[in-house]
Amino acid sequence: MKITVAGTSKEVTEGLTVAQLIIDEQVETPDYVTVSVNDEFVESGAFKTTKLRDGDSVEFLYFMGGGR
Amino acid sequence: MIKLNQADYETMLSHARLSLPEEACGLIAGVTDGEDKIIRKVYLLTNIDHSPEHFSLDPKEQLAAIKDMRLHGLVPLGNWHSHPDTPSRPSEEDKRLAYDSRASYMILSLMNKDNPVLHSFRIIGADAEKEELTILPD
Repeated sequence: MKITVAGTSKEVTEGLTVAQLIIDEQVETPDYVTVSVNDEFVESGAFKTTKLRDGDSVEFLYFMGGGR
Repeated sequence: MIKLNQADYETMLSHARLSLPEEACGLIAGVTDGEDKIIRKVYLLTNIDHSPEHFSLDPKEQLAAIKDMRLHGLVPLGNWHSHPDTPSRPSEEDKRLAYDSRASYMILSLMNKDNPVLHSFRIIGADAEKEELTILPD
C-alpha cells in the first residue's frame, strides 16, 4: 500500500503500525515525537495499535519547548 | 551564519512584546546556502504553556507551519522564543529540550525593554554555541 510520510510518497507493507513506521523511518528522539495521521494526532500510547491504511498521510512533529 | 531580514525581526519583536508577560515562540524556515541559513519566513505560534517562564509550541499550529513550509519550498531551520526577563542565552531547560543538533535556537531577550537582544544558538547536549547572526536591511 502507499502512504505519504512528511510529504513523500512511500510504499509500505499492509498493516504497518505507527510504532513500526517510527522505527523504519529512524525517527530521532522517538520518545518526544508527536505523530499525526491525516491531520489527526495519535496518542503515543496508541502507536503500537494504530495501523496505517492505504492513502494515509503521516507527519512527525518534534516537541519544541523550553524555559528561562 | 544565520541571516534574518529586518521585517521578520520586527515581526518577531512585535509578537514578543504583545505576548508579555508570557514567553512568545515560533518557528523559523528558509533555505540553506552552504553553511549559511537564510530565514525566509518567521512563524508566530501559540505558547500553550501561557507562562512567563516556559514555552511549548502548539502542535496543531506546528503541523500547519510545516505544511506551509513545504508548500513554499522552505525547510525548517529551527525555532525562536522570547525571554521576558532574562538574557538571550539558552537556559538549562532550553538545552535539555533541544533535541535537534542541526536546528538554530533563537532567543529574543526583552530584559531591557528598550534594548531587545536577539541571539541564535546551536545546542548539542549541554553545550550551546552562538551562531553568527546578521539582520539584513529590507
